[in-house]
Amino acid sequence: MIRFLLNRFGQSIILLFIVTVITFFLINLAPGGPTGVMRMDASPDERQAVIERLGLDQPVIVRYFEWVGNAVTGDLGTSFNSSEAVVERIAERLPYTMELTVFTIIFSVIAGIILGVISALKRGKAADHVINFSSVIGLSVPSFWLGLMLILLFSVELGWLPSSGVGPRGADFDFGGWMAHLAMPVLILSTTVLPNIVRFTRSSMLEVISQNYIRTARSKGAKEFVVLYVHALRNAMIPIISIIGVLIPRLLSGAVITEAIFGWTGIGTLIIEAANGRDYPLIMGITVVITLVVIISNLLVDIIYSQVDPRVKNMA
Amino acid sequence: MLKVEGLVTGYQGKDGFVRAVDGVSFDIEKGETVCIVGESGSGKSVTSMSVMRLVEFENGEIISGSIEYMGEELTTKTNEEMRKIRGAEISMIFQEPLTALNPVFTIGQQIVEAIRYHEPLKKKEAMDKAEDLLTLVGLSEPKTRLKQYPHELSGGMRQRVMIAIALASKPKLLIADEPTTALDVTIEAQILELLRKLRNEEDMSIMLITHDIGVAAELSHRIIIMYAGKVMEIAETSDLFELPHHPYTKGLLESIPKMSGARGELLPTIEGTIPGVNQMPEGCRFAPRCSFATEKCHQEEPPLQKVGRRDVACWHVEEFTASQVDPFHRKEDPVESNS
Ligand SMILES: Nc1ncnc2c1ncn2[C@@H]1O[C@H](COP(=O)(O)OP(=O)(O)OP(=O)(O)O)[C@@H](O)[C@H]1O
Ligand code: SF4
Ligand SMILES: [Mg+2]
Repeated sequence: MIRFLLNRFGQSIILLFIVTVITFFLINLAPGGPTGVMRMDASPDERQAVIERLGLDQPVIVRYFEWVGNAVTGDLGTSFNSSEAVVERIAERLPYTMELTVFTIIFSVIAGIILGVISALKRGKAADHVINFSSVIGLSVPSFWLGLMLILLFSVELGWLPSSGVGPRGADFDFGGWMAHLAMPVLILSTTVLPNIVRFTRSSMLEVISQNYIRTARSKGAKEFVVLYVHALRNAMIPIISIIGVLIPRLLSGAVITEAIFGWTGIGTLIIEAANGRDYPLIMGITVVITLVVIISNLLVDIIYSQVDPRVKNMA
Repeated sequence: MLKVEGLVTGYQGKDGFVRAVDGVSFDIEKGETVCIVGESGSGKSVTSMSVMRLVEFENGEIISGSIEYMGEELTTKTNEEMRKIRGAEISMIFQEPLTALNPVFTIGQQIVEAIRYHEPLKKKEAMDKAEDLLTLVGLSEPKTRLKQYPHELSGGMRQRVMIAIALASKPKLLIADEPTTALDVTIEAQILELLRKLRNEEDMSIMLITHDIGVAAELSHRIIIMYAGKVMEIAETSDLFELPHHPYTKGLLESIPKMSGARGELLPTIEGTIPGVNQMPEGCRFAPRCSFATEKCHQEEPPLQKVGRRDVACWHVEEFTASQVDPFHRKEDPVESNS
């Protein structure tokens, strides 16, 4: 286990290095730096002053290593546009994105497994077709359009759900309001991963129920419920867990659009602000944090995987 | 105690419905060991899965016929009623020991499960019983084994575990479907030895399926010869070896490797191959491979008929038996009969 973790740690460092190098050079080489978003009437001198103040007159390589030097001490710099520490700006927003993604994962996994199992057990019947069709719709309809339709229906027409925002927090926090604000964003974000989980569960379950050990379970006198939900599902879950690891990056990129639609003030909306304002330190900071989130969640997935599948326990 | 009559079991295949077992009748007495012998694809597994009523979970269906166990008709039982019989009254060991155990549960969990479906024991008591069962089937260090997962055990050990699971509730009938085909020769001998021990010491009937008539000779009281979904001959083991009444039986007997025979001697085997389930010949199914076949054989199917103490499905039993002049000494190395 310790060797496994050390190995993972090494891989993560390399991954972080590659991701930050690419991002750093890409944003710095892209046309229109921080001066490009200044007032139209700013004079060349003023622009030059900004460049010098931000240290952008240095070569990119020098700046990258300077940035790395600070980053390893936990200092991700100061936001160009708000002159707040990047770490603080991210810390303020990250919990909202975590809320959104964690609820989406929980919802997608539960709903995905239930629908996938139904689809597999009712193979070829009406329920299977309905579920398959909905999966295709969910995957192919753009989420911003679907999001707007939901807002039209539930907020504008019916007035059941708030159309945007994260809801009252702090002293005014109430659970019902929280859930009401989460409902549509979670639903929309789920469309990026739920169809995959449904389809994967379906095929995994179909494969497992034709295995010999399922026959063995029946031959012992197991109830059909136990055969399907203990013997089969437990095995079918194993590949599903690994696909969740694969889906996490997709979920995070989906969060950008979802947050924008519903005015959810998480990392997703922050990254849009940062990109629009050419706020290099903020972009870099968010990149690092998102990469770390992906690394940690994949590690968690692998640990869960090794707990569920006894065949990998020995390897880890 | 088990009486199968006119069993027809079919599968919904890709190109239509196929009858994998087509009118099979036999019975098994209490305490008796009966072997079903036949080439691959002759419907042995389908027969045993029909008795367990497991075919309907795999796109199959029992179309007609009756399966009577202890006077009770099994074909009309609901799945809930069958559950109380599976594992408790009739147990089964499968052809594929490597994949027959659930990979995510420990050996102990899987045996305890089988025990507790039919006996209200506490987990701890069931675990103790599971340990005894592992000892009974000859696994070393049973305590350690209980905590291991299937992938940590060899094929032979896994098959012993399967046998332990099958014995968990002291079944009255044990169906062993080619329990050794996937195992190598030395392990095969050990497992057969275990079955022999169980046959002698436990009070149960055994239905052993094999395509190795030599194995059948050693273990069984009676032998059922199956071919292409039909029963060809049923006879006491010693009778069968003394004088086969069906040309197919004789073909099988001649294909036994004889240990005493000269090395390199070609073993006579039956020419041709078993017909596929959707290309059954009319008349006798063995006719295309039978050297005794006449016009009648190609047109009409021979019924399974009593011939002395046995049942034979052949139009020309008398001519065939008469043609075998003292088969016991006809060859230099006689087939040893059951002792
Ligand atoms: N699940 C199934 N679906 C469709 N057809 C099947 C199925 N199981 C068996 N069959 C058909 O039934 C026929 C008999 O199969 P069965 O497994 O009983 O043979 P067997 O005598 O046990 O052979 P082996 O010695 O190879 O185990 C096969 O030819 C196969 O085509
Ligand atoms: S019925 Fe005819 S073809 Fe069939 S086994 Fe007997 S002799 Fe051969
Ligand atoms: Mg078989």
